[in-house]
Amino acid sequence: MNVVAPFEGIGASVRRKEDFRFIQGRGAYTDDFNRQGQLHAWIVRSPHAHARIKGVDTSAAAKMPGVVAVFTGADMAKDNLGGLPCGWQIHNKDGSPMAEPPHPVLAVDKVRHVGDPVAVAIAATREQARDAAEAIAVDYEVLPAAATMADALKPGAPVIHDGVANNLCYDWHIGDKAVLDQAFAGAAKVVSLDLVNNRLIPNAMEPRAALGEFDRTTGDYTLTTTSQNPHVIRLLMGANVLHIPESKLRVVAPDVGGGFGSKIYHYAEEAIVTWSAGKLARPVKWTADRSESFMSDAHGRDHVSKAELALDANGKFLGLRVHTYANMGAYLSTFAPCVPTYLYATLLAGVYTTPVIYCEVKAVFTNTVPVDAYRGAGRPEATFLLERLMDVAAKETGIDRVDLRRRNFIPTDAFPYQTPVALQYDSGNYHATLDQALQSADWAGFEARRAEAAKRGKLRGIGCSTYLEACGIAPSAVVGSLGARAGLYEVGTIRVHPTGSVTVLTGSHSHGQGHETTFAQLVADRLGVPVAQVDVVHGDTAKVPFGMGTYGSRSLAVGGSAMVKAMDKIIAKGKRIAAHLMEASVDDIEFDRGTFRVAGTDRTKALVDISVAAYVPHNYPIDELEPGLEETAFYDPKNFTYPGGCHIAEVEIDPETGQVSVANFTAVDDVGRVINPMIVEGQVQGGVAQGIGQALLEACVYDADGQLLSGSMMDYTMPRADDLPPVSVATHTTLCTHNPLGVKGCGEVGAIGSPPAVINAVVDALRDFNVRSLDMPATPAKIWQIINGGRRMAAE
Amino acid sequence: MYDFAYHKPATVADAVKLLADPDAKAISGGHTLLPALKHRLNKPSALVDLSGIAELKGIRRAGNAIVIGALTRHVEVATSAEVKAAIPALAYLASHIGDVQVRNRGTLGGSVSNNDPAADYPAAVLGLGATIHTSSRKIAADDFFLGMFTTALEPNEILTAIEFPIVDKAGYAKMKNPASRYVMAGVFVSKSGGNVRVAVNGAGPCVFRQAEMEKALAANWSPEAVAGIKQAAGDLNTDIHGSAEYRAHLVTVMAKRAVAAAG
Amino acid sequence: MPQVTLTVNGQTHTAEVEGRTLLVELLREKLRLTGTHVGCDTSQCGACVVHINGESVKSCTTLAVMADGANVTTIEGLAKPDGTLHPMQEAFREYHALQCGFCTPGMVMSAIDLVQKNPQGLTEQEIREGLEGNLCRCTGYHNIVKAIAAAADVMHGKRSEIARAAE
Repeated sequence: MNVVAPFEGIGASVRRKEDFRFIQGRGAYTDDFNRQGQLHAWIVRSPHAHARIKGVDTSAAAKMPGVVAVFTGADMAKDNLGGLPCGWQIHNKDGSPMAEPPHPVLAVDKVRHVGDPVAVAIAATREQARDAAEAIAVDYEVLPAAATMADALKPGAPVIHDGVANNLCYDWHIGDKAVLDQAFAGAAKVVSLDLVNNRLIPNAMEPRAALGEFDRTTGDYTLTTTSQNPHVIRLLMGANVLHIPESKLRVVAPDVGGGFGSKIYHYAEEAIVTWSAGKLARPVKWTADRSESFMSDAHGRDHVSKAELALDANGKFLGLRVHTYANMGAYLSTFAPCVPTYLYATLLAGVYTTPVIYCEVKAVFTNTVPVDAYRGAGRPEATFLLERLMDVAAKETGIDRVDLRRRNFIPTDAFPYQTPVALQYDSGNYHATLDQALQSADWAGFEARRAEAAKRGKLRGIGCSTYLEACGIAPSAVVGSLGARAGLYEVGTIRVHPTGSVTVLTGSHSHGQGHETTFAQLVADRLGVPVAQVDVVHGDTAKVPFGMGTYGSRSLAVGGSAMVKAMDKIIAKGKRIAAHLMEASVDDIEFDRGTFRVAGTDRTKALVDISVAAYVPHNYPIDELEPGLEETAFYDPKNFTYPGGCHIAEVEIDPETGQVSVANFTAVDDVGRVINPMIVEGQVQGGVAQGIGQALLEACVYDADGQLLSGSMMDYTMPRADDLPPVSVATHTTLCTHNPLGVKGCGEVGAIGSPPAVINAVVDALRDFNVRSLDMPATPAKIWQIINGGRRMAAE
Repeated sequence: MYDFAYHKPATVADAVKLLADPDAKAISGGHTLLPALKHRLNKPSALVDLSGIAELKGIRRAGNAIVIGALTRHVEVATSAEVKAAIPALAYLASHIGDVQVRNRGTLGGSVSNNDPAADYPAAVLGLGATIHTSSRKIAADDFFLGMFTTALEPNEILTAIEFPIVDKAGYAKMKNPASRYVMAGVFVSKSGGNVRVAVNGAGPCVFRQAEMEKALAANWSPEAVAGIKQAAGDLNTDIHGSAEYRAHLVTVMAKRAVAAAG
Repeated sequence: MPQVTLTVNGQTHTAEVEGRTLLVELLREKLRLTGTHVGCDTSQCGACVVHINGESVKSCTTLAVMADGANVTTIEGLAKPDGTLHPMQEAFREYHALQCGFCTPGMVMSAIDLVQKNPQGLTEQEIREGLEGNLCRCTGYHNIVKAIAAAADVMHGKRSEIARAAE
């Protein structure tokens, strides 16, 4: 009988390898690890948004049952520990560097946001540590707080960091203002819009946790942590904070329960448990309560912008002017400064041929939790601004909103396309994704559905967004010139074992993305090894040579490309071994999915023949070739990748309550070559859920004193199953031209494309109420206010 | 949580004795108390677990009323054939409290004793004019709910059962808080002969009766009768999810829907 | 300290606990059943859902002492001793109903209770409403809803095995 093995290569919806452990409760997340002699840490956090610390009295806490140690910022200072570093330096318009105030691990002189860590109690049990933490008396002199950017920028505002004038981190710009002003001077029409991009709290389902260990025999430290990039944490914490050489510090990020950006950064708790473990020579574990997550995980978004678009009489865009205030929070989180600059302003061309763009960004310190990248990071803010502006411009020029977009699309034959804001797009087909989405969503049939809904007393609306984003931030030399303090390559090792199974070591980190499957498919496709025989190892600095981690939809485009390079080295070496074994010239050896062949003959060797020969080199070209079959490659991309597409939302509003429900959602995305369609679809659906969450549900709210009002899931609206519609996902592929796989990235498109589609649909549903500007989230109360206000005006 | 002693008495009398300690607290399903304890908002000396007291359990018909024991879980009320037949609006309300897991653990007595302004049951108790049975007396619904998290129960008095009169018609409608899914504004209406009751929960600091709507519905039992009646926003709650004005508006909308549901 | 005796996944355990010990703490820390997770502290997320006497319960909102004498099933106890997965587990894998896996154990336990309580079958909307007590941040629920519908067909005997997901 002929058994045909199922196709597992590129393009197959292979079911995930990692699921076997997750569906049986055998995942191993950081809090699941417990060590002999382990202690528990509880962090004392500031209840005030802004206060001077006059004293910290730990004497009572130190005597509490089970307590082993109590540490404060002063204790850390005695050990000359560094502060938490920032990984990106932005320069002001005048060329001077941004303000970069210190970010102590434990606050010393002042606290600057609710949740700012002040001290740590370490005890035998978590509850004992918490009991002790409550007994630590911190004497605060409460200071006036600047909870919003407007408050922070006011004359006479509280000074959050000494030496940072006006609480301004930087005042940056891109584009030629003079040329832009000229474009505006010649415009037939200028459309302007004020926008707020609402602040979000990432809320990965697994709260952050960290477990520090110290080996007294070797002096080695190990940190197990909920991280998207363990090597980066090792570098930042080892070099900047604890001064431990990489050789003495191992960082492990085991199974991680979602990240969405919030687990990229180096957090205080990681340094606290690692340093404490060394001081006490015992393992120290910290796991966040969800309430702590709300006030200590980096938040996302939080922009206030003014956008102005100049158009000619035919609706062609002449220029775009954007002024944005971006909230940094109280301190600079690891990558915060690059989000509203190089991940935002550079995206303002979108899919359009706007010839001139000028954007000015002022980054502001406030007495709030630090803000950093959250799924999409800068690109959702740019997309929301552009795609809301499109609809407003369409309305005010009287041009159909789809037609206005088409008139300004970058033509399909214009690639590579250089934008006026530094990026060069390599490929795309914006007409195709738009057409496919319009058809799939039955855009043409909408008015009938609106009329039907009206009979049921509902207001129905439809909206679209044609978006573009940039993934796999690179190349290293360019990002370095823009202020990055790291390279943005990736590392892959392919280890072909003697009997033919393969271990992949990757610097990417999977926390839901399914790398163990997708990466195995790359090996199956190129080397012909079944997925079941490929193990993907990630998340451990002791196993993986190096890595930059997973964020910005970079894993496949950058990490996958590194693997391809390493596989190419394996194949090249394998050809030399095969040539030796088959007594042929290397140039005559062909390789295809696991088989080496002497060209034009039936003489073949399987990969396993080669691996056996490589590890048992009895008949081997030992004088010219080392034994073994393992190769490592570092891949530094030539450019970003540029996924894009069209999202269409259809909503219904209950005019009595203001409740918005999403009736249909259609996404057509160009994410480049698709390796596993099932996983791509899941990534888009998840991203769309977060985008709908931003548009309709989620809002981080502080009061005027800097108290976090949305500080738990009782107050911060997390999207639930019955808040969301089924999400129809399709892809339309143009290949990335500069990486070996032709892939672009799919992790963020959902969160980037969807919010403006939803809000445009809500505004469309409210077309009788003359809504021009609508800030997210479109909550029932907000919509009712619009409807009620409109009716009241109509009555007057 | 702070630690506490744990007791599981078998009789109401024993429970009352244990609750004589002013710092002791009763617990049944735990779905209100435990979250508060986890946040250390409360430091009870002891928890008195009522779940072992058989006499507090069960649903029975008594004349023209349904009597439900305090320990009866929401899921039991929601699925009770007896309740569904006699007071379907009460079963409906119970089937929409919190989520499945809350309904599998949470109890009638726990919810009503706690009197969370955003809880569901108080609306049914007041809206049906139920009678609260305690370890020492019977209390009319109108005299029971005193204010936010405050009831007529004495510290060592235990709610044992609630007697819900069977009415001609009853209905319940609510708007949920989008985050917590507790009630943002809910209205329970009932009609028994000429006697109409309208109870509003979620919107204010404590469940209350809406006299103007009661009067209008007594004259004309229809959604239109309440459509024009505006609830005063004055004492209603405002939070990040909605202003008092919005809640006041929702009271009218939910009243209309509750009457429509009642038929 | 109070003592509790309970059956977990068919095995009887007796443990000393504090009054304040939560069921989830007993499971995770004393019995080392770390498949049950804690994702919030307000009883909202459902990552901690287990079955007590066959019904889904949030083990973070149940004291260990309150589970004395109970029969508890966790995610680790779903597969048969020979390794055969529960149809709900299989369906979650087949329909890509999980990404990071953190919410999955609670989601699966809730889903099984939901399906068992509704032998008449469930509409898509009923499944969505039945998941009110479980949060997932990764999937957008789309595939979770599909997986539950597919598992329900098998659990109710309408199909002998999980229907393949559309490619």
